[in-house]
Amino acid sequence: MFWDEELETISQNKLKELQLKRLRDTIGRVYFNVPFYHKKFKEINIKPDDIKSVDDISKLPFTTRQDILDNYPTGLLAVSRDEMVRVHTSSGTTGKPKAIFFTKNDIDRAADLIARCLVMTGMRKNDVLQNMMTYGLFTGALVMHYGAEKVGILIVPAGPGNTERQILLMKDFKTTALHITPSYALYLAEYIKSKGIDPTKDLYLKRAYLGAEPYSEETRRKIEDIFGIDVYNSYGLSEMNGPGVAFECEYKEGMHTWEDNFVVEVIDPDTGEVLPDGQKGELVFTTLQREGMPLIRYRTRDISRIIPERCPCGRTHRRIERIFGRSDDMFIVKGVNIFPQQIENVLMSIKGVAMNYQIVLESLDNMIVRVEIAKDLFDGNVMHLVNLQNRITEELRKEILVKPKVELLEPGTLPVSEGKAKRVIDNRTL
Amino acid sequence: MAQLRQISIFAENKPGKIEKITKVLADGGINILAISISSSGDFGVIKFIVDKPDEAKDLLIKNGFTVSLNEVLAIELVDKPGDLHRVAVALLRCGINIENAHVFVVNERAQSYLIVEVEDVDEAKKKLANEELRFY
Repeated sequence: MFWDEELETISQNKLKELQLKRLRDTIGRVYFNVPFYHKKFKEINIKPDDIKSVDDISKLPFTTRQDILDNYPTGLLAVSRDEMVRVHTSSGTTGKPKAIFFTKNDIDRAADLIARCLVMTGMRKNDVLQNMMTYGLFTGALVMHYGAEKVGILIVPAGPGNTERQILLMKDFKTTALHITPSYALYLAEYIKSKGIDPTKDLYLKRAYLGAEPYSEETRRKIEDIFGIDVYNSYGLSEMNGPGVAFECEYKEGMHTWEDNFVVEVIDPDTGEVLPDGQKGELVFTTLQREGMPLIRYRTRDISRIIPERCPCGRTHRRIERIFGRSDDMFIVKGVNIFPQQIENVLMSIKGVAMNYQIVLESLDNMIVRVEIAKDLFDGNVMHLVNLQNRITEELRKEILVKPKVELLEPGTLPVSEGKAKRVIDNRTL
Repeated sequence: MAQLRQISIFAENKPGKIEKITKVLADGGINILAISISSSGDFGVIKFIVDKPDEAKDLLIKNGFTVSLNEVLAIELVDKPGDLHRVAVALLRCGINIENAHVFVVNERAQSYLIVEVEDVDEAKKKLANEELRFY
């Protein structure tokens, strides 16, 4: 089923036409209304009329996270601040956040894309969505909320935490879908298990939407198995509305990127060159429909690739592969690039390991992976634990090519996350 | 007589662990009859023989410890030279692989047991049936 069948299944040719029309319109608006872009375009002597095809986008300059920070708070607005109805921020690790403004139409369009995603993954009017994301400056909860409302879904705006109450709400309101961070989903799974609740019998869940933090394919499968539900991968970032930029359909093989709203490119992060479909590189997005704060060729620092093949679901919008890693999350040990998801993937596939873990970076050459052992698999035999420790070390070494120090911890030792989990602790003084 | 059971507790190698565990047992009125520790360096397993194993297990779990309660083989030792050797010969003859062992003294030195951890207690007992060994 489709939310907007005409646009979701639009032919490739018509989509290109639509993209070009909207791209030229967007470029015109930023050129004349946003001094930052006007100056940037002038510097390389580009005028809106020079863009004659969508591919000409590669002539345009990039927008970086630093550009958004430098223009904080209102420097990138293309219409008057008075037209804005909402601002979201994305937490920066240092100093100021990135501020993203929305007009009324922008909110409506973001909600419309979410509605496509929800209907695409089977949600209907009679569904109940328990939204366990933090309502606030962060885009996740609110953008999803507006989209779900558009479909006519009953929303339980629970926010994160207070697990006992979450379960009560899930039972009493017969929640069929969760919007939740993966780390909290894992915690919820263990909590439910410890209370003797059988999610397939005692709850009404059918699907979950994970977001706000990276997670591995193993984690997705684990959550699907424990709750007996479908979990759909999705992609979003505050700079591009938040959630709903790209979403998996029922086939769960890559995420459809809503190309009538965004131009997606994959570039070589070092040279900035556009890479052909299928090649892995940094995702770059241009907004095509945004009024308040259009962004041209925004560098996401997320690594993925475009899947050009047609999807059996009938949607023509090209898919991107699940994010291989966010280049911000990547760290380097012994000169090797490592993404936290690689470590999570390994840990989640090993029996005897609980779901909480932490990566501690001690120096350029040393990392510690701290894992909690699974309570119910402890049999009192120290050799079995030593074997487990060795197995984890070896499996990790095979995956990341660096031998970490593995520490086995008592269950419950590591901090429990009910929101965004902090998996990597950096103790290096560089 | 019921099979002797031993409580094992997973512990990271940190100061104060045994203090915490023994406090739980002391507060619960559990009498500790024997203790042994097997360590791998970073972490270890602390093992107790106690008078009320089920109660002790529940108490420790309630206090957040990771606990396992397992059957062990308890072979009576006589307080005289050569007796441990006698038992060792019997174990070897019957092909019993010892995963871990320690001595549990019951009554001054007059009566003690060699606590032997094996993969399968029942099978080990069957193998040892014809040996002149006395079990707990």
